[in-house]
Amino acid sequence: MHFHKYEKIWLIFGGASLVLFLAILGFGAFYLGTHPQSHGAIIDPENVEANEAFQKENLGLTKVDEDKYIVNVVASAFHYDLGNDDNGNAVSRIEIPKGSTVLFQVVTKDVVHGFNVAGTNVNMMVEPGYISSMEVQLNKTGEFTLLCNEYCGVGHHMMFATVEVVDDESSNETAAK
Amino acid sequence: MSLAMKQQQNEEINLTPLSISKPEAKLYLSFMYVAFISLFIGGLMGLLQVLVRSGDFELPLGIGYYQILTLHGVILALVLTTFFIIGFQFSLLGKTVGMSGRQRKLGWVSFWTMTIGTAFTGTAILLGKANVLYTFYAPLKAHPIFYIGLALVVVGSWIAAFVNWHQVYIWKKAHPNQKTPLLAFMVTINMIMWVICSIGVAVAVLVQFIPWSLGYAETIHVLLSRTLFWYFGHPLVYFWLLPAYMAWYAIIPKIIGGKIFSDSLARLSFILFLFFSIPVGFHHQLTEPGIDPTWKFIQVVLTFMVVIPSLMTAFSMFAMFEITGRKNGATGLLDWFKKLPWKDVRFVAPFVGMLAFIPGGAGGLINASHQLNTVIHNTIWVTGHFHLTIATTVILTFFGISYWLIPHLTGRKLTPKIHKLGIYQTVIWAVGMLIMSGAMHIQGLLGGPRRSSFSDYGGTEQAAEWVGYQVAQAVGGTLLFIGIVFMIYIFVELCFFAPKGEEEFPIAEEEKDAIPTPLWMENWKLWIGITIALILFAYTVPMIDIIQNAPPGSPPFDSIL
Repeated sequence: MHFHKYEKIWLIFGGASLVLFLAILGFGAFYLGTHPQSHGAIIDPENVEANEAFQKENLGLTKVDEDKYIVNVVASAFHYDLGNDDNGNAVSRIEIPKGSTVLFQVVTKDVVHGFNVAGTNVNMMVEPGYISSMEVQLNKTGEFTLLCNEYCGVGHHMMFATVEVVDDESSNETAAK
Repeated sequence: MSLAMKQQQNEEINLTPLSISKPEAKLYLSFMYVAFISLFIGGLMGLLQVLVRSGDFELPLGIGYYQILTLHGVILALVLTTFFIIGFQFSLLGKTVGMSGRQRKLGWVSFWTMTIGTAFTGTAILLGKANVLYTFYAPLKAHPIFYIGLALVVVGSWIAAFVNWHQVYIWKKAHPNQKTPLLAFMVTINMIMWVICSIGVAVAVLVQFIPWSLGYAETIHVLLSRTLFWYFGHPLVYFWLLPAYMAWYAIIPKIIGGKIFSDSLARLSFILFLFFSIPVGFHHQLTEPGIDPTWKFIQVVLTFMVVIPSLMTAFSMFAMFEITGRKNGATGLLDWFKKLPWKDVRFVAPFVGMLAFIPGGAGGLINASHQLNTVIHNTIWVTGHFHLTIATTVILTFFGISYWLIPHLTGRKLTPKIHKLGIYQTVIWAVGMLIMSGAMHIQGLLGGPRRSSFSDYGGTEQAAEWVGYQVAQAVGGTLLFIGIVFMIYIFVELCFFAPKGEEEFPIAEEEKDAIPTPLWMENWKLWIGITIALILFAYTVPMIDIIQNAPPGSPPFDSIL
């Protein structure tokens, strides 16, 4: 088969760019550990409480160490269960100090949902039978919309909560209050 | 290559294309009628969606947003595309290798099977019993008739595939030692890819969804059904794209007064698309739990292999443009570009489609980039992406084909007036899409979700910022709907009212002294063997993993739709 000289140059250049590009992706994934969310742990969607993390009292934000937090969430149409506050009201807003490491663990009791803290890298599919899990560092302060980005039924667009990343000082102030 | 063979090939180049008989034309046109009716219905649904999402409009009569979204996806992504492609491919084979009476009858069986399937699925959606979107992700459950209809559409398309292969086989037997005409070769490849990939969705629908929706199976394995869907879902987009490439490689050269750049490179790129379209479905599932990330990465690498035939195609197109321009007297570095027929809508519409494929392809690279996918997954960026690729590149090429194919089949002429409307149509489409798709891309990067009705998300600042982009999408979407009205008018004119006459079916030829295409390129067993080997390599281990480590299955959910 005949390749035109310019086409050879074009394809060699394109092929080399491709190899370089894939090498960068591979380096990121396997050396730096930036794989997309691929957690493999399974769970019974009709009995998520069997896993301690998803019992009512353990839902929402929990501080586990200095600058280390866990957020456990049970998703269902059309609601993220982030636990209850001290007054027994459902939590719809969580505050996380800037710079802390946060492990998000999410399961669904019914259909497939999305779990996206819009504008951040927290973006996972949540599927019945699996625990979706992702650890991130939140370095930008501000108010972020936590929303379902996989169609889950008639109220899909009403499935949301708010995540606020706050400066360390202001969070200490809040704690002091 | 021996002299005798070279002579034979040259002889074949001079074969005049066959003519399409009236009964054949009727069959091909029937597919086109369904395609253009679908375009109108689907486009209208799109208009309603962008209006709802602007926040200033509510759907009347209790119609649900997700109902019209389902209709939009099913009727455009599955019905319009499949009907247009099968009708177009039938006409290509009728023109290049011929169609017997029996094959035509089977063609009608294919048409009616697909049409009845479409009616079933459409009825379920219109009754509000199937608000599951065109991806019908379990465990959302639609009425069984929705799945049965989809299965019929797929089965109908398989009948078309077998007729196509039979047409090429008969021609081949009558013309031993000659290469299959380029367009017939391309149709054969596209239908091989289609049948191999749609087996995945057929298994999901027949084995998983139908028994489960009828209540014979209590639960469904969600991840398995999604994996089978995406095994089909990515080659689906190449099934849309390859017919556009057929026009680019083998029809546009004729329209602009040139020759095919390289017959063998065109075939090679199609073979590479066959190899690398299917073993890649995980790149739609990158953020899903339960799939090993190493296998995700392997499929990402396989996905990126299509870069090579894509670069080959880009080179071929512009080389062909330049050679043709220079033949027409162009001098200097870029003068040839001006020599292209900028007033010929049969060229301009697909050319705008080609341009859209530059940002479209670049966006695709981002989407498939393993970890980078997390940034845009399920944001409206993705919607913006495929409105460039399918809804601009592919559709504008299909429109470009319609301007000559419809009058050729109806025995009418593309009049200067309709021609001019076509140019306006292309401009409206390009501007509308630039606004709509551009706004979708930006809103997606800011985190705005796809597949969502209007919402203020509890009044966050972010969500307030998104509304502005949604208004822009409404403006772009309205322009696009005007473009659809233009196109429907043009279609009706070309079908029923344009003056009688003869419109050319342009099929490009090779240069007289072109280097002959090697005959090993038609080693179908080898190409299919490699395709299947790649699929087995990419899917066997992760599939076993998904099945062996299955969680408890899911019961159906339909009360939340």
